[in-house]
Amino acid sequence: MIGSTGFIPKSLVTVLALVWLAAVPMAQAIPLGTPLEFDSQEQREQYNKLVRELRCTVCQSETLHESQAALAGDMRRRIYDMTRSGASGDEVVDFLVQRYGDYVRYRPPLQANTLLLWGSPFLALMAGGVIWWRVVRRRRALLSDEALSDADRDALERFRRGE
Amino acid sequence: MTPKILLPFAGVLAVLGLFYLGLQVDSRELPSPLIDRPAPAFELQSLTEPDRTLTEQDFIGEVALVNVFASWCSSCWAEHSNLVELERRGITIHGLNYRDERPAALRYLRRGGNPYTHIAFDPRGDAGMEWGVYATPETFLLDANGRIRHKHVGPLDAQVIREEFLPRIEQLTAEAAS
Repeated sequence: MIGSTGFIPKSLVTVLALVWLAAVPMAQAIPLGTPLEFDSQEQREQYNKLVRELRCTVCQSETLHESQAALAGDMRRRIYDMTRSGASGDEVVDFLVQRYGDYVRYRPPLQANTLLLWGSPFLALMAGGVIWWRVVRRRRALLSDEALSDADRDALERFRRGE
Repeated sequence: MTPKILLPFAGVLAVLGLFYLGLQVDSRELPSPLIDRPAPAFELQSLTEPDRTLTEQDFIGEVALVNVFASWCSSCWAEHSNLVELERRGITIHGLNYRDERPAALRYLRRGGNPYTHIAFDPRGDAGMEWGVYATPETFLLDANGRIRHKHVGPLDAQVIREEFLPRIEQLTAEAAS
């Protein structure tokens, strides 16, 4: 944006940006796209799985894996540190749930207050089944109706003739 | 026949009603799992006295507010005068200076006044994570035993203070005295 204003040469902007970056103290948070080292493939997989299953609590429709928020960086750092020091995936999730609540999980646990959430697809399926069954039953009832009576035929014949 | 024709309309109205209720829900305010739990531990420098180490024990001992703030947070600034007013009325407030820089935070306090008894300086958000902080300003209410009894996310305006905090402070102070 700044480079496109034309007032400041692009090279100067680059230099300023580099100076600024160097002046920023080493933040603890892990910015997006930082290459990370792990002791084992399992640790890498656990980290990659966790950051995709946990929610950034500031920007609530993003996972930690995709969020730019500072808090998400802090949370990624905590998950990374815990993973490297040997914590299991469940331990990491518990740690964050104890502090931020179940909301950090994109995969909500099945418990009393989430029963409706988990049950809603089945409820919708059942409601659909009931409606379907009733429609079918009504149509079947129509089929089994008696054929037209003689009086009906007479009436139709009169309509056809335009009387 | 008429009632059956009305059925789809009733269905649509019901769904619209749900949407309308959904709009009223403030999805930013999450229920904190820390309510009724002891104040989480931390060990940080004091913002105002860098030589001094503060822990959660410094926040505990009387009914007190713990306010999470930062100089870069505009809604913190919006509530600041209310905190000063609360302190003037004798309510103890401790501060957690969250992901901030010391000079900026000190300037902020010089401009707005310092209502805080102790301020823990948390530039990396370590204590913030222990306290489940996700959106400054946040304000916790501690009872005299250091248990978190209430949490508010967002600025403390007059209505929040009157409805959420003053009655609880009064009740907890009475509990502590008995």
